[in-house]
Amino acid sequence: MLSVSGLKKVYQVDAGEIEAVRNLTFDIDAGELVCIVGPSGAGKTTLLKCISGLLAPTAGTVTLAGKQVTEPPKAMAVVFQEYGRSLFPWMTVRDNVELPLKNQRVPRAERETLVNEALAAVELGHVPDSYPWQLSGGMQQRVAIARAVAYRPQVLLMDEPFAAVDAQTRADLEDLIRSIWKKLGVTILFVTHDIDESVYLGQRVIVLSNSPTVVQEDLAIDLPDERDQLSTRSSARFGELRGHVYEQIQLAKSKAQTGAVRVK
Amino acid sequence: MSTGKRIAYFLGLPILLILVWWAATLGSTNFYVPTPGKLVETFWRVWISNRFFTDFMPSIIRLFIGLAATIVLGVVLGVLIGSFRWLRSLFEPLLEFFRAVPPPVLVPLLMLLIGINDQMKIVVIISGAIWPVLLNTVEGVRAVDQVLSDTSRTYRITGMARLRYLVLPGASPQIMTGVRQCLSIGLILMVISEMFGSSAGLGFTIVLFQRAFAVPEMWSGIAVLGLVGIGLSAIFQLVERRVLRWYHGLREVQRDN
Ligand SMILES: Nc1ncnc2c1ncn2[C@@H]1O[C@H](COP(=O)(O)OP(=O)(O)O)[C@@H](O)[C@H]1O
Ligand SMILES: [Mg+2]
Repeated sequence: MLSVSGLKKVYQVDAGEIEAVRNLTFDIDAGELVCIVGPSGAGKTTLLKCISGLLAPTAGTVTLAGKQVTEPPKAMAVVFQEYGRSLFPWMTVRDNVELPLKNQRVPRAERETLVNEALAAVELGHVPDSYPWQLSGGMQQRVAIARAVAYRPQVLLMDEPFAAVDAQTRADLEDLIRSIWKKLGVTILFVTHDIDESVYLGQRVIVLSNSPTVVQEDLAIDLPDERDQLSTRSSARFGELRGHVYEQIQLAKSKAQTGAVRVK
Repeated sequence: MSTGKRIAYFLGLPILLILVWWAATLGSTNFYVPTPGKLVETFWRVWISNRFFTDFMPSIIRLFIGLAATIVLGVVLGVLIGSFRWLRSLFEPLLEFFRAVPPPVLVPLLMLLIGINDQMKIVVIISGAIWPVLLNTVEGVRAVDQVLSDTSRTYRITGMARLRYLVLPGASPQIMTGVRQCLSIGLILMVISEMFGSSAGLGFTIVLFQRAFAVPEMWSGIAVLGLVGIGLSAIFQLVERRVLRWYHGLREVQRDN
């Protein structure tokens, strides 16, 4: 379905070059919910921008359904971390959610149904005529999710979408993502720096190393499908998995530190 | 503020100044400063007459055409120059050059090139008033938020849709700043464009009164210009409040946090 192969991204800046991603290879099947976890600065946003066709990789390829990604694919939606800057402040909530559909020339009646359903799914059916900046951070991020849901993508990319919302809202939003995923059968690639969040959400967790970034580990999460903030998070298996991911990240860090003196 | 209070604030200082003026000219015989009563009477006699159609309206129509062309041209060019880096590099030296030229010195030149007619006067208005619109639009377009721009791209909102839903609204606060500045420049240039070789218009009439030492009449012309300025600013505020409603709301929320 989605395949990342030998991906490398080097930014050219005035001071020289920054290697954000060294070599990433992984595949994601249709309908999977995969979390990518890695420390800040590991190149997670860079990776998502390459996958979504916003950035051209320096080397390697991204293929979606057999087609190489060179521009934003139609079947993909992205939810960014900066919810405050990803909604159009001059449009109401409804217009924000509707815009991508309008742009795709979806007929009006169908648009209306999709928008209403998406807003209801994120429990924002009551504020369609508000402006985004009149809402709380968590609500704004829900609008961005509703917009992505209404668009009916095959792949949904999320870049640390809950990093800037408070803990309680965050737990609710995590469950929202799981329920949307189950309902729509959409493929989700969820990026986070939060180990607990990655284990709680994912069927699979891909651990990234520190920069220079490679895949440190690709771990299947064998927790039961029905997840619950209380019982799942307090289960023994959750603790083991979390510990394991934590270890891998520590390992990656120490490798990165010694990496500097390694002679190639 | 209540409407009553707003009106009181709006009119307060002008009324006070008129009272001072009235008191100061009480019993005065100064040739150059008419009394308020005399000015009102002159104003009425001079402007609510044939002159309204022969001098006032043509000037105002030219002003409005000039300003409309200024805004359209300034926004179109500004969007183009702001959107393409190579256009910006190409135009930058030229823009700096023309912006530095004071528009009144262009009047004789344009008279020779275009002739003494309405087009010339409109071009004079555009040539000076376009800069704030153009430069502010360029800045506004360049400052469009990166995340919003990425969002639009991922939803494949490109071309005209991008312009309509992202670029123009995103740049609208800056564009409106430019428009506000261009109004007063346009008014000044409307007057100047009529001062040379014209035979009608507000600017022409004021100069005519000056040369004839018709002092109250000259003052009444200046009053007309002031009133036109107030009118322009009122129209602007009405439009601005509508177009930038979201912006003022957003700013208010940001200030509160
Ligand atoms: N546009 C850019 N230009 C230059 N360097 C960048 C740019 N974007 C990110 N980087 C650098 O690339 C590295 C990875 O950044 P990023 O992908 O944002 O990481 P993450 O999302 O995991 O925190 C960082 O060192 C960052 O400074
Ligand atoms: Mg990031």
